[in-house]
Amino acid sequence: MSMSITNTPTRYGWAAIILHWLIGALFIGQFGLGFVMVRLTSQRTAFELIQLHKSLGFLLLGLVILRIAWRIGNAAPALPRSVGPFERRTAPLAHFALYGFQLALPLSGWALVSVSMLEIPSMPFNLFVMPNLPLAESDAAENFWAAAHWYLAYAGIALVILHALAALRHHFWLKDTVLERIIMPSSDRGAE
Amino acid sequence: MRVSRRIKPMYARIFGFAALAACLAVPVSAAVALSDAAGSYTISPANSSIRFSVGKAGGGGLDGAFARFKGSIRIDSSDVGRSRVDLTIFPESVGTGQSRIDAFLRSDAVFDAANSPEIQFRSTSVKRTGDTSALVTGRLTARGKTFPEKFTAELGGLKAGTIKFRVTGKVLRSRYGMDVGTPIYSNIVNFDMTLTGKRG
Repeated sequence: MSMSITNTPTRYGWAAIILHWLIGALFIGQFGLGFVMVRLTSQRTAFELIQLHKSLGFLLLGLVILRIAWRIGNAAPALPRSVGPFERRTAPLAHFALYGFQLALPLSGWALVSVSMLEIPSMPFNLFVMPNLPLAESDAAENFWAAAHWYLAYAGIALVILHALAALRHHFWLKDTVLERIIMPSSDRGAE
Repeated sequence: MRVSRRIKPMYARIFGFAALAACLAVPVSAAVALSDAAGSYTISPANSSIRFSVGKAGGGGLDGAFARFKGSIRIDSSDVGRSRVDLTIFPESVGTGQSRIDAFLRSDAVFDAANSPEIQFRSTSVKRTGDTSALVTGRLTARGKTFPEKFTAELGGLKAGTIKFRVTGKVLRSRYGMDVGTPIYSNIVNFDMTLTGKRG
């Protein structure tokens, strides 16, 4: 596992592995945070958690852009031979959709705060002012993006669950390296 | 200069006295205005406004006003410094034009209007800073916390038992347990009030 930062045809490198888990943890954490922050009775805590949700969302967006750039410049390893023809066709679609949700969720959130009549500035981690997207403010636009963000979040988390169940099936049922190779680059054995 | 050269020395001296008297007359007339203004006034909310503005990161600000308040102004006839201003604001009446922001301001995140229904200002000293201006120092109490604050009062008009002041000042909201949203929203609240008092 020395200096295995980049991917090879048979295994993922550290960069892809770290981005995968960091973004995964952020994505799931953002879902939980979003779920909680709109159900609180304390308006102060709600306000603060919403600002944290925005900060983490911008961080997520930055990491996702980095990840997509890395994925384009650094081909993913081939699927192990144990992966059947159905999954060979559907897994890339699911992964493509996961990338889509990773981008669409922070972008729809950014659109939501940009069109909101509340005009609350976005200040990621209180470091700098993130400009709004060039979209017109209105109650109708706010309702639209709030609904879009909500549906995308639930659809996205459903896909994450499917993705995790598929990984667990590979590990515990098919007993192949699909899950292991996204945990450690050294898990080259059996990759074919 | 040209005038003093043309007239005789004695007349020049008289003219000088007249000029001095004219100079003295300015504060004298202001003092007369003060004695005219002296008395007790009740603030008339219908002709008054209490507006505030909080700056936002990246520009712009959150502007609002309190619709309900009450108070009195007493101007001492012999010593402006002994004048008093009392003002009570009902934060429940806050308005920004956005009902969600109003609800947030009324909630325990900011004013906690349910438990602290009044914001009070009681002056402790009034210091004249000009013919028509004064610095009013007092104790501001909000959410159970009291701190000294300063406001500038500028006389805007005085007629027929009505007195009008424009009062401005800056208050740090963090002192009163209202620091939510900093630094996205400034800690400084800029007050701009027009207070109209009716005698009696």
